[in-house]
Amino acid sequence: MNTLTEAWDWLTDSAHWAGDDGIWHRLTQHLVLTVVCLLISCLIALPVALVLGHLGKGGALAVNISNVGRAVPTFAVLVLLLLTPLGKWGEGPTVVALVLFAVPPLLTNAYVGMRGVDRGVVQAARGMGMTGRQMLWRVEAPLALPLIMSGVRIAAVQLVATATIAALAGGGGLGRIITAGFNLASTPQVVAGAVLVAVFALLVEGVFEVVERLAPGWARKAGKP
Amino acid sequence: MTAPPDDCLARNEWICGEYLSTRREILLDAVLQHLELTAVSVLIALVIALPLAVVSRRWGLAAGPVLALTTVLYTIPSLAMFSLLLPVYGLSSTLVVAGLVLYSLTLLVRNILAGLRAVPEDTRQAARGMGYGPIRLLLTVELPLALPAAMAGLRIATVSAVSLVTVGAIVGFGGLGNLIYSGMNTYFKAQVLTASVLCVVIAVLADLLLLGVQRLLTPWTRAARA
Repeated sequence: MNTLTEAWDWLTDSAHWAGDDGIWHRLTQHLVLTVVCLLISCLIALPVALVLGHLGKGGALAVNISNVGRAVPTFAVLVLLLLTPLGKWGEGPTVVALVLFAVPPLLTNAYVGMRGVDRGVVQAARGMGMTGRQMLWRVEAPLALPLIMSGVRIAAVQLVATATIAALAGGGGLGRIITAGFNLASTPQVVAGAVLVAVFALLVEGVFEVVERLAPGWARKAGKP
Repeated sequence: MTAPPDDCLARNEWICGEYLSTRREILLDAVLQHLELTAVSVLIALVIALPLAVVSRRWGLAAGPVLALTTVLYTIPSLAMFSLLLPVYGLSSTLVVAGLVLYSLTLLVRNILAGLRAVPEDTRQAARGMGYGPIRLLLTVELPLALPAAMAGLRIATVSAVSLVTVGAIVGFGGLGNLIYSGMNTYFKAQVLTASVLCVVIAVLADLLLLGVQRLLTPWTRAARA
């Protein structure tokens, strides 16, 4: 494949790595964007899911929000936000669109994880005189951890993938290399950018896999899904 | 010199009836392209996923590689996927369809396989005892019982495909995504909002349609619940 060797040449050209349009700069933007959005989404979704799961209420709501969320194209949300006054605020629209996108899987997984905790164990904890708060932190949350973490993992990988769409709306990140390649009609650059994003997404997947392997037994998945 | 018309188009409002009436054809074309891209890709994905899932169910060794490959495909970002396929298909609607097929594949294979695996061993033994061959067992017992799980996967795949089609705007075949993209560049609020809302409407309608099909195809699940 001729295009692949050209893409490789593009990737190995050191001139393409430096500068404001360079790979390093785009990679950093992408990483920062992903991490910031993941943190904000976790801060929003996890407390809500933990409390709802503990109380056993609002499950249908959490799952339905998740399903509706899938139907809304992130690209459309991004452009809509861009045209509101929020659009003047730099990366604001991108962050909001990506957070909206990452919250549903976090919410659903954490909620399902909390509800999946053996009721007998919860009853036993109550029998031992634990308060609601203690049950939440010492019993339910630790037991739900594997599912919560798999939600975080799904959200993280999808964020890396979706952050590329920010480039369609003029934002930064690795997607910019792809859209710039399209505008220059430079197929090697487009392919090189795509490979970079795909490798980045797989690396994030790999990091979570390693963390999961290293985690103590009780925090791992109870069995293959 | 006539004064510029003072309607919602001139004022660039979000919600604009004028837009709907004057651009009806453009909207209709975009909706049709959107539907076509979604339907074609999900159908092709289904045709590929079904044998893959059946093979993975029969021979356990095949399951690992098939699941690993489809998961890796799912990890590749949509914008990157479309661009990676660019050298193969060029700037065409085939490119968008190919990308969407690869995405839907993961969801469909996983769900069909999960459905097939959930068929109770007793049920299969009973069918075998009644003299069913492997093909008849698959077609008349295993696949029907796997239908609810498979349909759940199909619904997710379809809804995701509807929203992913919009990214196809980068190669000019994004259905309603084209309108969103050009609306963004010209700061045309009514066009962006209308196209976005239509996307969600299509996704919800498609989901409801598939839910209805599922009800029709699996009358026994309703009887059990009642």
